[in-house]
Amino acid sequence: MSAHRQYELVYLLPAESSEQDVADLHTHIEQILGRFSAVIDKTEAWGRRKLAYEIGPHKEAIYVLHQFTGPADLIRELDRRLKVNDKVIRHLVVRVDEENRVADRRRAERTAHIRARRVARGLSPEPEPAAPEAAPVQDSMEEVEG
Amino acid sequence: MSETNDRPAGGPGGARPARAGRKDDKGPAGRRGGFRRRRVCKFCVEHIEQISYKDVRMLSGFVPERGKIQPRRISGTCAAHQRKLQVAIKRARQLALIPYLTD
Repeated sequence: MSAHRQYELVYLLPAESSEQDVADLHTHIEQILGRFSAVIDKTEAWGRRKLAYEIGPHKEAIYVLHQFTGPADLIRELDRRLKVNDKVIRHLVVRVDEENRVADRRRAERTAHIRARRVARGLSPEPEPAAPEAAPVQDSMEEVEG
Repeated sequence: MSETNDRPAGGPGGARPARAGRKDDKGPAGRRGGFRRRRVCKFCVEHIEQISYKDVRMLSGFVPERGKIQPRRISGTCAAHQRKLQVAIKRARQLALIPYLTD
């Protein structure tokens, strides 16, 4: 019943782990998510990366990122599971929907503002391919006048 | 006169006597350090809406050699963005994308 939110999960696996290990963990996480009726929106495999500092014996790790949508209760369970799992060196879960929403709104406001200004200057709201050339000329004209 | 006296009497003890000589003082002062370009917030200027812990290349610009987070007074980042930057850097550190410290 609880509201679904967007999260990002990043986890690190030992560099030695096989493709099979990575796939296993992926399905394991999918199972956990499935139990809470959450869905993975996107998966990004960053591959092997050198760690900025050594974590125990590890100097390199395989990074995997999941973006998923799910209820808040899920996070505690997921976090616990990943903590217990020996194969995961480190993990991080971050809620992203609020920041995304704010950023989208800002971006929308900005484009709206730019459009309004273009219209006020008697141009079409969308900058045409030729516009970038035309605009600087106008600017320099204004400078000369002023 | 204007250089040394423009601060409101800095409380009992005058905790920071070095203040007057600092290079990054605002305005045309800071003569000792020579001319210093006015610093502006990178995120405001470039309209970067989100500061993500995943963007290591961007973050590392705010983490000098030593591994410490660059203070606002050096980088010129505005307060709001510095707060977000700080969170992003700390998250990146947890994932070993950025060092906690380097010697």
